[in-house]
Amino acid sequence: MTTPSNMCITSRNVNFYYGNFHALKNIDMDIAPNTVTALIGPSGCGKSTYLRLFNRMNDLIDGARLTGEILINGRNIYDARIDVDELRKNVGMVFQKPNPFPKSIFENVAYGLRVNGVKDKKTIEQRVEESLKGAALWDEVKDKLKKSAFELSGGQQQRLCIARALAISPSVLLMDEPASALDPISTLKVEELIYELKKDYTIVIVTHNMQQAGRISDKTAFFYLGELVEYDDTKKMFLNPAKPATQNYITGRFG
Amino acid sequence: MKKKQVSQNIAFWIFRLFSLMVVGILFWILGFIISKGIQVIDWDFLTQAPTDGMTGGGIFPAIMGTLYLTVGSIIVAFPIGVLSGIYINEYATNNWFVKLIRIMTTNLSSVPSIVFGLFGMALFVNTMGFGDSIIAGSLTLGLLTLPVVIRVTEEALHAIDDSFRTASYALGATKLQTIRKVILPMALPNIMTGLILSIGRVSGETAPILFTAVAYFLPKLPDSIFDQVMALPYHLYVISTSGTDLAASRPIAYGTALVLIAIILVINIIATLLRNYFGKKVKTNF
Repeated sequence: MTTPSNMCITSRNVNFYYGNFHALKNIDMDIAPNTVTALIGPSGCGKSTYLRLFNRMNDLIDGARLTGEILINGRNIYDARIDVDELRKNVGMVFQKPNPFPKSIFENVAYGLRVNGVKDKKTIEQRVEESLKGAALWDEVKDKLKKSAFELSGGQQQRLCIARALAISPSVLLMDEPASALDPISTLKVEELIYELKKDYTIVIVTHNMQQAGRISDKTAFFYLGELVEYDDTKKMFLNPAKPATQNYITGRFG
Repeated sequence: MKKKQVSQNIAFWIFRLFSLMVVGILFWILGFIISKGIQVIDWDFLTQAPTDGMTGGGIFPAIMGTLYLTVGSIIVAFPIGVLSGIYINEYATNNWFVKLIRIMTTNLSSVPSIVFGLFGMALFVNTMGFGDSIIAGSLTLGLLTLPVVIRVTEEALHAIDDSFRTASYALGATKLQTIRKVILPMALPNIMTGLILSIGRVSGETAPILFTAVAYFLPKLPDSIFDQVMALPYHLYVISTSGTDLAASRPIAYGTALVLIAIILVINIIATLLRNYFGKKVKTNF
């Protein structure tokens, strides 16, 4: 199967199983570089599972099985020759709950560099600063880099986790409901940040918040019962969806 | 309404009475040992060997012997136990082999310590030819405490939320890096506490060293790990049950008991302090 060369992530006929449970059914989807793609759908629809395929997080689950292929920047990431640790360097992830390590703010961001063999002190310091600036956190923490990450607020912790992911210079950033545990102001900050990050990264975000999907994403994909029901420009999806199921979900009639 | 309150009060007092009883018994034992033991304890008692057929002198060789055996058992049990615990919790998938290890460690920890002593005598003293020695006693004590060390490590690791592991993997870290740089530092305070508490237990054991390490009386300290030693719990046993003059040895027995209790108390205090210290370190400085 050929890949449209201008696409960042391409899924071809992807099926995914947890044991006997058929979690994702025949997913075909192309994601363009430097866009924000929102995955929406009711709980258990498979959107988080789909997101976790891109950095092979589902590998950690017993009895998980995939058919079909997923290409990132033209390479099949489920090829036997792929080094999973290398893949995860290129595909960063931000989780639902802020989960900084019990280390200092500096060490949290430096961690990804250190485990990937970067030893030079200058390089690390420089990358940490760039990443914290990239995550719009630098001004708030530059005077307390040695302090524990746990002293930050929840919203700051989540931006720290974003900085941590940025430090290893991925090309794709996966976000699994990154603002669902945050207060409205922190949520707004994270959303503004996502909009900024789009310039340098391809972002895929799972969200339960329809307004959020509408505000930040270029494209939206609606999942239901393991199937990709509809995938289109966000504007079109919200104003004039092709499928009645999409319309019902977006307007809050179910889910 | 009244009646309800009366029965509430009665229940409350019954519970309180029994818990007071527990505390009371504990203080009674402690008080008894301290009041009887304190009379013989002085500098000479702690630094001299026994004299006059255990009716005079001190218990210095026994203190040192217990120290040697305890340190020896740590060297045996901690590396093996901690590494096994890491394997079980971090590497092994939950299959029949892990279940087998779990069942075995649980069973092992309920084996009477005298059985360990017998096993140690058969294997280390006779088959391997170490004779009654520090090394045979340390190995036996090490085996005895191994299940505890494994369990403590496993539980400390299990208590750490998986989100830290996934966060580390998501940054391209390998499993080994994740364990070394994230998981172990977080689990360390709990592992340390468990380990030190197990030391407290080991230092008071008599049965495992009975046939493997201890002597009734030695005029000098051991020269190597292949020598026999005296040890506090065994010393207490022999001067209470056999000897030239039991009545004359009695005060020394109380003194020995007091020293043993004091050592275990100190070990437990160190455990608490270390946990607090490392606990703080994990939160702020890592």
